[in-house]
Amino acid sequence: MYGILKIAYKLLVNDKGKFVALLVGITFAVFLMVMMTSMFAGILTRSSSTILNVGAKVWVMDPAVTTPASSIPMPDYVVDAVRSIKGVKYAVPLYSGGALVKLRSGAYQAVTVIGLDDPSLFGRPELVAGQIKDIYAENAFIVVEDAEFQKLENPKLGTTFEINDHQGVVVGLAKVVSAGLFGIPTLYTTYNRAITYIPSTRFTASYILVEPKSQQDIPYIQRQVQVLGYEALTKDEFIQKISDFYKYKTGLGINVLVMTVISFIVGLSISGQTFYTFILENLEKFGAIKAIGAKGRQLVYMILFQALFTALIGYGLGIGLAALLITIARSRMPDYAAMITFSNIWLAFIMVLVIAGISSYIGIRKVIRIEPFDIFRG
Amino acid sequence: MANLAIKANALVKWFGEGEAKTYAVREASFEAFFGEILYIVGPSGSGKTTLLSMISGILRPNAGTVEVEGRDIWRLSDNEIADFRLNKIGFVFQDYHLFPRLTTVENVAIPLILKRMDWNKALDVAMHFLDIVGLKERAQLPPVKLSGGEQQRVAIARAMASNPDILIFDEPTASLDGDTGKRIVDFVKKNILNEKRCIVIVTHDNRIFEYADRIMNMEDGKITAVVTANDGS
Repeated sequence: MYGILKIAYKLLVNDKGKFVALLVGITFAVFLMVMMTSMFAGILTRSSSTILNVGAKVWVMDPAVTTPASSIPMPDYVVDAVRSIKGVKYAVPLYSGGALVKLRSGAYQAVTVIGLDDPSLFGRPELVAGQIKDIYAENAFIVVEDAEFQKLENPKLGTTFEINDHQGVVVGLAKVVSAGLFGIPTLYTTYNRAITYIPSTRFTASYILVEPKSQQDIPYIQRQVQVLGYEALTKDEFIQKISDFYKYKTGLGINVLVMTVISFIVGLSISGQTFYTFILENLEKFGAIKAIGAKGRQLVYMILFQALFTALIGYGLGIGLAALLITIARSRMPDYAAMITFSNIWLAFIMVLVIAGISSYIGIRKVIRIEPFDIFRG
Repeated sequence: MANLAIKANALVKWFGEGEAKTYAVREASFEAFFGEILYIVGPSGSGKTTLLSMISGILRPNAGTVEVEGRDIWRLSDNEIADFRLNKIGFVFQDYHLFPRLTTVENVAIPLILKRMDWNKALDVAMHFLDIVGLKERAQLPPVKLSGGEQQRVAIARAMASNPDILIFDEPTASLDGDTGKRIVDFVKKNILNEKRCIVIVTHDNRIFEYADRIMNMEDGKITAVVTANDGS
């Protein structure tokens, strides 16, 4: 078997033109598929950045909420009602809303303001400058030092700004797990300051963050919250809900799917066509080997090996190229959202196996059908 | 004459059905022996190649039997037929059918590799046969760098590599000039033929008839005469 595969290998790689064409086809297809799915994965991750950054186990919200940015304020009594549910260790309100900030230069900049529960500061970010207790100081805000940070003119501790005719002072710089999707800087402050500084409706709690006593209590809490007319989702469920919204209700998912399928078809076309030409050019030789005494299955192994070998090399190159491009893009453009996930890599792997399978199937059909007698007839 | 190598009995082969049915070989019977070179000659379309294909396990006859060393080869399964070709028959094709992407020695090693011989050992054995055909120094070149005569010798080395009992040559001189063709057949007669080997050559090149032990003539799918070279009968 080893010898047969070595012949197959030499036939393949020694035909440099075809081998390169095959590799280019598969590499290009994998590259496009990984880029598309990685961009989508990056967008989905960023769309859930608030959930990831705050890190609560259970989120209570209005059932109509589809994304963190589209929160529907809840009355304060809901916080008390949730706190009274058996199995809740503690529950705190969270404010999440948008505001306009007037910078020292006079420019206005939209920001997302996260208001943390005053006593507990549950969901606070990790500070890289300043002290968390300073958040209780007058007009205090913490600025997230992410890709959008420079839009606030790179503030330092003590930098002031205006927010709805109130003064704001930067008392801390923080880092978070994930930057937001829409390119808007994020400010953290206390819940009470947030609802005071930012005009809001009668109801003020965007979300209620719940810490259950145990994991087993979560289903009961969810049922009780439902009785109240609201929805309690675990962190993963909320992320899934946001993801589903972007996938199925925005057109984003179908667009990415279409592009991924197109990438697959392009790769399949290039590699399938090239592989078919490769087989056609060697068809008489395969027929000669068959006449000499090769069994059909030996020829099948040879072709499968050639297709699989090319597919795996192309797959590696495609993944490497995508990773390189994403790394370069992220180093130059902090807003660039693409991220390669294991799911993307597996999806591309399966797709590339399908490309190899279809390409080799075409070749195998041809080689199996060649009759040694045709070689004699010339 | 030495032992019987091939016994073809009443072989019939047709192609097509109904009105399109055409007989390529009709009731062909003959014998070939170890230690001889048997020529099958005749005009184009006379059924030479079809007959050659049936006796070498490549084309199944519609009727008749082919016994090689006493065994009816067309009673074998497809896999057994493939093994039969690999172990008992050596083919030298008209167009050589050498892989241009492999080196000369790798081309010669193909039958050995099909027989699952270790790669390096197969190359060693192939090198030995290249040495026999005088092309050891060309072993690492691709076949396209060789002349037509040299490619023919590589094809002969490949056919000999698995040490077959029967060597089948299909128009071995068709792509060669007269002198080279004669040199090749002369080489085969002097170096390849032995008492344990039977060589069957299909040709219509009368310039090489002098090397035959017997010449079998075909016309319209029928064997019309068998001539023993030195008695003219």
